[in-house]
Amino acid sequence: MKTLLRMALRTLAREWRSGELGVLALALTVAVAALTGVGFLVGRIGAAVALQASSVLAADIRLGSPRPLSDEYFAEATRRGLRSARSTTLLSVVFNGDASQLSNIDAVTAGYPLRGRLLLAAEPFAPGVAASGIPAPGEVWPASRLLAAVGGKVGSHLSIGAASLLVTRVLISRPDQGGTFAELAPSLIMNAADLPATRLIQPGSRVSYHGLFAANRPEIDAFKGWLLAHKRPGERLRDVSDASPQVRNAVDRAGRFLSLASLVSVLLCAIAVAMAARRYVHRHLDAVALLKTLGATRAFTLAVSLLQLLVLALLASLAGSALGFLAQEWLLRTIRGLLAVTELPPPGIAPLALGFATALAVLAGFALPPLLQLARVPALRVLRRDVGPPPPLVLLAFGPAVAVVLALLYSVVLNGRLFVYLAAGLAAFVAGLGLAGSGLVYLAGRLRGRVGVAWRYGVANLSRRRIESVVQLIAFGTGIMVLLLLGIIRTDLASDWRRTLPPDLPNYFFVNIPPGERAEFIRFVQAEGARTTRVLPMIRGRLTAINGRPVEDGRAGREQGEASFATREQNLTWAAQLGADNRIVAGRWWTPADCGEPLVSLATEFQESLGVQVGDRLSFDIAGEALEARVASIRKVKWDTFQPNFFIVFAPGVLERFAGTYMTSAYFTPGTARTLAELAHRFPSVSIFDIDELLNQVRSVLDRAAFAVQSVFVFTLFAGLTVLLAAVQSSRDERRYESAMLRTLGASRRVVLQGVLAEFATLGMLSGLLAAAGSALAAYFLTTRWLELRYTFDLTPCVVGVVGGAVLVAVGGWLATRSVVSRPPLATLRS
Amino acid sequence: MNNRLTPSARTGATLASVLKAENLCKQVSSPEGPLTIVDHVSLEIARGESVAVAGPSGAGKSTLLALLAGLDLPSAGRVLLEGIDLTSLDEDGRARLRAQRVGFVFQFFHLIPALTALENVMLPLELAGSGEARRAAAETLARVGLRERTAYYPRQLSGGEQQRVAIARAFVTRPAVLLADEPTGNLDTATGARVGELLFELNASAGTTLVLVTHDAELGGRCGRMLRMDAGRIV
Repeated sequence: MKTLLRMALRTLAREWRSGELGVLALALTVAVAALTGVGFLVGRIGAAVALQASSVLAADIRLGSPRPLSDEYFAEATRRGLRSARSTTLLSVVFNGDASQLSNIDAVTAGYPLRGRLLLAAEPFAPGVAASGIPAPGEVWPASRLLAAVGGKVGSHLSIGAASLLVTRVLISRPDQGGTFAELAPSLIMNAADLPATRLIQPGSRVSYHGLFAANRPEIDAFKGWLLAHKRPGERLRDVSDASPQVRNAVDRAGRFLSLASLVSVLLCAIAVAMAARRYVHRHLDAVALLKTLGATRAFTLAVSLLQLLVLALLASLAGSALGFLAQEWLLRTIRGLLAVTELPPPGIAPLALGFATALAVLAGFALPPLLQLARVPALRVLRRDVGPPPPLVLLAFGPAVAVVLALLYSVVLNGRLFVYLAAGLAAFVAGLGLAGSGLVYLAGRLRGRVGVAWRYGVANLSRRRIESVVQLIAFGTGIMVLLLLGIIRTDLASDWRRTLPPDLPNYFFVNIPPGERAEFIRFVQAEGARTTRVLPMIRGRLTAINGRPVEDGRAGREQGEASFATREQNLTWAAQLGADNRIVAGRWWTPADCGEPLVSLATEFQESLGVQVGDRLSFDIAGEALEARVASIRKVKWDTFQPNFFIVFAPGVLERFAGTYMTSAYFTPGTARTLAELAHRFPSVSIFDIDELLNQVRSVLDRAAFAVQSVFVFTLFAGLTVLLAAVQSSRDERRYESAMLRTLGASRRVVLQGVLAEFATLGMLSGLLAAAGSALAAYFLTTRWLELRYTFDLTPCVVGVVGGAVLVAVGGWLATRSVVSRPPLATLRS
Repeated sequence: MNNRLTPSARTGATLASVLKAENLCKQVSSPEGPLTIVDHVSLEIARGESVAVAGPSGAGKSTLLALLAGLDLPSAGRVLLEGIDLTSLDEDGRARLRAQRVGFVFQFFHLIPALTALENVMLPLELAGSGEARRAAAETLARVGLRERTAYYPRQLSGGEQQRVAIARAFVTRPAVLLADEPTGNLDTATGARVGELLFELNASAGTTLVLVTHDAELGGRCGRMLRMDAGRIV
């Protein structure tokens, strides 16, 4: 054992100094750097995005109840080191002299909001600046629409219940104004200390009590578990994951894409490691044969190599982790200016452990098989250089690599069906490249006689190193494919986001438009130059039974801790046409013949929460009247279009007899504060819902996700370049000798270089062609099945793949072999 | 696996015979059909004897050497090294036997480039589990005149110096048999002569049996016995 250790470490140290292990170490280091860098980055940006998403709740978790919350919750939160605040919400009429407006009063305690920020201004509808606290006792911050409706201004005194409170600022937005329309009345924020003086809370008052909690994720998760176990019936817990559908979609997409990108880096690095290991083995055949001649057993020679690689993996993991950490730290510092969140969560150590574990797995899958071969080299090689190790068993050569790739793939995808798609695609791709490689060898044999000496030499090289050529083809092809795939998907994501979030997206919702004022309202809005979207009717109703079973019997509460759709009052609408942002996923949309039929179409979120199917019967209570409807279809709604959309849509001719109002959304150019104030005056019953700030939040999240994706893309690019380097390096020794021979025989340096260029350009071109086809196919599946986006075929990636592949591989090959060709032939032949 | 060389493995050799080949054949397949490289060769080499194997290129000299060392297995026949049948041992068993009994000198030196001269010489001792590797290696290097070069790497040494390191490595285990494949074939005449001198000097003082494959008539002529090979046979 001592001899083994001494031998392994001594030769490792010396070989390191003589530069022999450079490529292998570089491949491993870049692999770990890419992996941990991506891991840190994904972790921290994911946490930052979650933090941003938290601002929609004004907290990480939010406990709501119609009854006052127990002090026990807050004491427990304090004990666990969490930050907390209370918010008490009630509807009340606010007076300014004789003018009055029904308002949503929010009495908050210090610390509110725990996530996100309040924006305040000196006059209604003006651009807001972030607040540094909450209103002092005796002061209030009414929303623009409230102040405009009652004709007040900063300095006015508003009467709220029995109290008279001074307006010191105008509330432009608050983080938890939410994406739903439950709170139609304009907001007013006051200090909770003033609440008793208002005497608004009386027996029977409709009051909501909220507990807001925030901390780092582990503490929050622990506290959430505690709360779920201790909360009383009727108390509702909301987490970031329940936050508005728009933010949730963005987080989901970003997370999925980043993990895909990190997997791509890992796979590329695995290829680089395999190539570097092949070169390592090739360079050590003589040494191992000599050791065996001198009396070393097969186990000893294997142990020496394994030990060396293990030490190398450890060192490379340390160096790579440090590099990865520095890279993401630098990256996050440069993008910090873009982030709304000033406090970025600290990096976790998980990527470090994951990085090392994956590095070991990659090493085991991709470096172990060639090492096992190395130990099988016969001692006879010391006398006969042409004797190599016997050909490996196919299972042993490729089994570990395949197993590791599949395990890595599944660990990222965690979705059986998609895993099968991707694994099958990958296998088909590798098999396709293998076949294409054989085709290339065949073609090379046919074409050799028809080209000039340089091309003949280059192409003959491909033909002669048949196995090596195929392996390189697979490596280059895979490398180019994943880079192209990333490019395609990123473009698709970006263009889809741009499509759904154009700069003139609706930024105001108008709810509660009386039927009688509908036409006049639309005329007014359009006269002011704003573009309106579709106008939908809106009727309040309550779901009472599913297939005759009352929803109160427990079925509605099956999703513990979540707001139940069934126990809430619903906004219902009817429509003849299916919106462009709606897609039927089950059942069918109605035809004019169905007009008057009690049919209903549900959004997938609603359907999933209640577990209902097409054909089920839903009973509603609308204004005291019972109505039963059959589920005709399930719709997938793209919420991020900011068009009016409803969970429950009826067929026309059913709801018209009930009294209802209308809603719409519109885009107002910035600086239209006066217009909106006038609108609030002319249509006092219309609720104006300003979603500009919410939109900005969503945009900021998407911006950050896009930037993260690009950064990860850079990591992947580095990994791809390492593959290229490793691939070229793997044939360096042979090339050195061949070049010397050719030059001895009279070939000029230019001819040899042209041959190298011809060989690599051909290799790159074919790899690029196959990669383009493979990536287009994979992109189709990924975008349509996984990311749920539209896929449009684009020829550009194909051209980029072929031309880029040829240029990249040719230039890379040329750069890496230049020194080989430049070396005087005599020096090579002598050595 | 034969970890120890048991008496039952020792068969049929006289005590004086260190190396014995019985009806040795080696066939390989080639595009033109089976090719016989060593054709029914039988020989016996006594302890302390020096034998040169000469012959034209392709005569099968190096293959015979590989078979005698157990680096390769014969298609037929057997090799007895100090009475132990090499064909009855597996690869690791033959390696262990070489570590204890056989020394090698090659045409292309075959030093490990990552190790210093001293470390290269220590290597066979370490593989055989000797605790005195460093001291013995330094002494042997001194004997071949490389006391000042112990810390040098192979690439820092001349061809003659590299071959002297290889000779030191071969002798450091005090092997029963030293096999040399064209030991001067890669050196200029003067250096080759000096290396040959050293080889015979060490051989004489250690009482080692020497089997030498060479084209060098002068080197071959210094051996006690000369075997000529042609087309796989001893003629």
